Amino acid sequence: MSDVLLRIKNLKTWLGTGASPVRAIDGIDLEIKKGETFALLGESGCGKSMTALSIMRLLPPVGRIVDGSIHLGETSLLDLPENRMRNERGGRMGMIFQEPMTSLNPVLTVGTQIAEAVCIHDADPQQDIKARVVELLKEVGIPDPEQRFSEYPHQLSGGMKQRVMIAMALAGRPQLLIADEPTTALDVTIQAQVLALMKQLQQESGMAILLITHDLGVVAEVADRVAVMYAGQIVETAPCKAFFQTPRHPYSRKLFQSIPGRDKRSERLAVIEGTVPPLDQAFSGCRFAGRCDVVMAICHHQIPQWDQYAEGQGVLCHLQGGAEATVEPPASVKEHAVAAVEKSPPTPLLSVDGLKVYFPIHKGIFKRVVGHVRAVDGVSLEIPVGQTLAVVGESGCGKTTVGKAILQLIKPTAGQVRFDHDELTQLRGEALRRRRADLQIIFQDPMASMNPRMLVHNIIEEGMLAQGIGGQAAERRMRIEQLLEQVGLPASAADRYPHEFSGGQRQRICVARALAVEPRLIICDEPTSALDVSVQAQILNLLQALQQQLGLSYLFITHDIAVVDYLAHEVAVMYLGRIVERGTVAEVLDDPQHPYTQALLSAVPVIEQAGRRKRIYLQGDMPSPANPPVGCYFHPRCPQAMDRCQKSYPKAIVLSETRSVSCLLLEK
Amino acid sequence: MPELVVLWTDALIFLLIALVLLFGRLAASREHLRAPWRTVARSRMGMGALVVLGVYVLIGVTDSIHYKPLLPEAERSAGVMHSNEVQSLLDYLLTPLREQQEKTYSAPLATHLYSKENIEQADGQMVRDYPRLKYGGAHLQDPQQDWAADVAWTAIIGAQEALLAWLLVVGIITAWLAHRAGRSFFQQCQQILYSRTEVPWRVIFIMLGIVLLAAFTAANLGVKYHLLGTDKVGEDVLYQTLKSVRTGLVIGTLTTLIMLPAAILMGIMAGYFRGWVDDVIQYIYTTLSSIPGVLLIAAAILMLHVYMNNHADEFASLVERADLRLLFLCIILGITSWTGLCRLLRGETLKLRELDYVQAAQAFGVSHFTIIIRHILPNVLHIVMISVVLDFSGLVLAEAVLSYVNIGVDPTMNSWGNMINSARLEMAREPIVWWSLMAALIFMFTLVLAANLFSDAVRDAFDPRLRGGK
Repeated sequence: MSDVLLRIKNLKTWLGTGASPVRAIDGIDLEIKKGETFALLGESGCGKSMTALSIMRLLPPVGRIVDGSIHLGETSLLDLPENRMRNERGGRMGMIFQEPMTSLNPVLTVGTQIAEAVCIHDADPQQDIKARVVELLKEVGIPDPEQRFSEYPHQLSGGMKQRVMIAMALAGRPQLLIADEPTTALDVTIQAQVLALMKQLQQESGMAILLITHDLGVVAEVADRVAVMYAGQIVETAPCKAFFQTPRHPYSRKLFQSIPGRDKRSERLAVIEGTVPPLDQAFSGCRFAGRCDVVMAICHHQIPQWDQYAEGQGVLCHLQGGAEATVEPPASVKEHAVAAVEKSPPTPLLSVDGLKVYFPIHKGIFKRVVGHVRAVDGVSLEIPVGQTLAVVGESGCGKTTVGKAILQLIKPTAGQVRFDHDELTQLRGEALRRRRADLQIIFQDPMASMNPRMLVHNIIEEGMLAQGIGGQAAERRMRIEQLLEQVGLPASAADRYPHEFSGGQRQRICVARALAVEPRLIICDEPTSALDVSVQAQILNLLQALQQQLGLSYLFITHDIAVVDYLAHEVAVMYLGRIVERGTVAEVLDDPQHPYTQALLSAVPVIEQAGRRKRIYLQGDMPSPANPPVGCYFHPRCPQAMDRCQKSYPKAIVLSETRSVSCLLLEK
Repeated sequence: MPELVVLWTDALIFLLIALVLLFGRLAASREHLRAPWRTVARSRMGMGALVVLGVYVLIGVTDSIHYKPLLPEAERSAGVMHSNEVQSLLDYLLTPLREQQEKTYSAPLATHLYSKENIEQADGQMVRDYPRLKYGGAHLQDPQQDWAADVAWTAIIGAQEALLAWLLVVGIITAWLAHRAGRSFFQQCQQILYSRTEVPWRVIFIMLGIVLLAAFTAANLGVKYHLLGTDKVGEDVLYQTLKSVRTGLVIGTLTTLIMLPAAILMGIMAGYFRGWVDDVIQYIYTTLSSIPGVLLIAAAILMLHVYMNNHADEFASLVERADLRLLFLCIILGITSWTGLCRLLRGETLKLRELDYVQAAQAFGVSHFTIIIRHILPNVLHIVMISVVLDFSGLVLAEAVLSYVNIGVDPTMNSWGNMINSARLEMAREPIVWWSLMAALIFMFTLVLAANLFSDAVRDAFDPRLRGGK
């Protein structure tokens, strides 16, 4: 008996028929051993999820497996009739999906849904099904399992739902758990909980996990072995440790270089030029050749062979054993060095004081106001000219609302927003309209932020027309072309529709649109979180270059600490509508004082094993902003809570000129 | 020269045609507008249905060109050159059908009346028998013997003419296609025959063949006989059904035209501005939609009826009077049916206004009106389009139902509803008179079926949920 649980040989899955089917998976081989965590890493569209669906034989109607074999133990999955395949799904193989919200049926109780899985796959007549469900719920760490049994999905938080999904997958006591981006939709602190749970379950039951992710940090945290996918092929396989020490494939190396972080602060991030080639063709050379920086003549006309240079390690590249010799990045990368955080004169461009945004809760026939959702509950911040303030926090903490309230897209309930001596909350009508040119916003999803029925030209022109700048049509046209070039797009892009561009290019168009009205402050609302790592690097480079050229200020709203570390000068950490800690990047990230900041930072998956902080697991989820806890908002989850914390909200304690923390622990 | 008369509904129909043409020109220059229509043009079902709809529209449009014919020389007096009667182009084309009035009921293609009468024979003797028709089959010497052969022969001649016409049309279109694609005529024929063209020309040609066959046979038979029989006063049923086409189309299209501005404006305003605007508009449409539609229509039509009776001198002719009533019916139906679309648009706008690109426009200081025109309206147009074509068949049927309960169009106006209404008595008669009802049903069924199939194709092309994937 070998210890290989899943063996995939030369699997090919094509989508669509006709002249040019999309070769979503084009000949992959992999083996997963019993009890190991195997991570499949890759950017969107590289075929990771298709691999998982092919294993489960749950491909969409247009997809079909044209070649290859999949063996689970001794069983050949592709030869099973459908009715026996059903026993394997949820039986020996369990699967959990990215979005826990849509994976559960909202009209059935959690208990019923798990019981269904139990009845099918673990039918033991002697056994009480409810008892088994409760046991499963307990196993995945859900408090009060008896009570949760009869609750509906909407009563649970995102993290809890993902735990329920895991419980369902565990119902059949699977030998292989396929986790398709299980934590991507979750916040970092919740992600840490779920990853820890999966690790623990694996140790208890000895099942193998196929973890599909795009996040190098998550891989570093939990995986035993890694396979990197690119354009439908596996380009590198290695044990986790070896992979993170020396990635061999040029693509893997590029991925590492494009991750933002403190150490790269003063340089441009490496970017992978170009885009993934379309997969509806037969390749005659290396797929990565067009974007590779160590490309050789042979790469273009000969398909590379799998190079198995050590046990369990291989790379798909013409360079023998990958490209160890050329690890040094090209010198040109460094030329964009930033003069680091020099202290600019403290003239705040924007200063926000005691900003509050409450959304009323209506109830009853007469829609009486019975309470308020305190989305933003007294936020004060300042942004100097030419600097970046990052606002970090988990989803639902009110950071996006702060951005929109500053722009007056949402009317603040109270507080002041002063921009260049103007009180924005007092401006009305035409005065406010004119002021809008100075403040712009870039959104998270570049597709949703452009009208799909307008040409790029009209999209960029819109702001200029509304503000009455840019002169005649011909002048505007020139300006638009100039803007497009400034953000790295050809001038011909102006006459195309947004859907013709890739995600990164779309975000560039959004940047160009914001720049068109010559703003002084841009609010970036998670501008890179919908993008792949390599594309994210392009946008971050662009934003940084623009700041240097034009002296822009950014309010950077994000949940990604690495981006903050790379780009921001100052950080404000938000929790439940309030800023709990603020200071310069170095101050806050190196020496977090507030227990929440400490927990948040420790939950971020990091690649370097050495730099890993001691993990602080937070209990439970963020409370509802409609009904915040009495006293310090964080005390129910705080590992260092004291009795005093329940009494009143702690005042901000100023530690230095730039630094303040709201915590009683620091009170002398 | 005959004097042209433009009735209210005529004017609106031509306005509608102008709007459609304008939209067509606009759509031709915008890729995102053109793309879904191209999908429609590739759908076999849709294009087949479109041919049928085209025939109906053609009939409707020719029936919408009204004029007062010149009086014959003898009857002219000083200053009065035109007849008081308003005719349409269709009336003129169907003159034989219109003028060949029998005495009373006669079955389809019959040569004798449907009821016995006392006939005075040449020798002065009175016989009670079915008398010969004045026009239907009047050319036959011995109906008993010649009838079957004559009908068959006439039908065959019609079919031959249809074949010739079909060959002509198909030849011209194929030659044009071949010219455009740069192929030879023969190659183009092959492409079409094996259905390799992008637009399903084969289906279009087959449908065209069927339509031409029906038209030419009917034309040939209709002149000699009463193809679909005659009604109680001896009027040709085929003529009545053809005249009813316009009524159906007018109800189906003008109602939408009338309700669209209100539905679009109110729906988008409610969704975009929220707050009290939303409350007011929601209040209006919930109130309106909770009044039973039929009651509202009955009340309005009866009021109009009273008004017309009291001001009879304001209407120059019967046709004008009936036309006003038709228009009024469209308005009332429009008022009762805009709420559904309004509600849909409100919901969609609620979603759109939260989208980032609307927020981005707000951040630029773009005015509300511009945002609605530029960002909201184009993105809800697909809903408008889908609901317009889906509503059409429902409205055609609604007209039939309303006329049946006597609150529909004017009783003097030809409409399928009126035909069905009068068929109520005919069905109770012994022996039964079935052809009026049958004719109305067949024509209405064909129109509604074609409209439904076409709207299916349109919805498939416009609905974003059904798009993509392929």
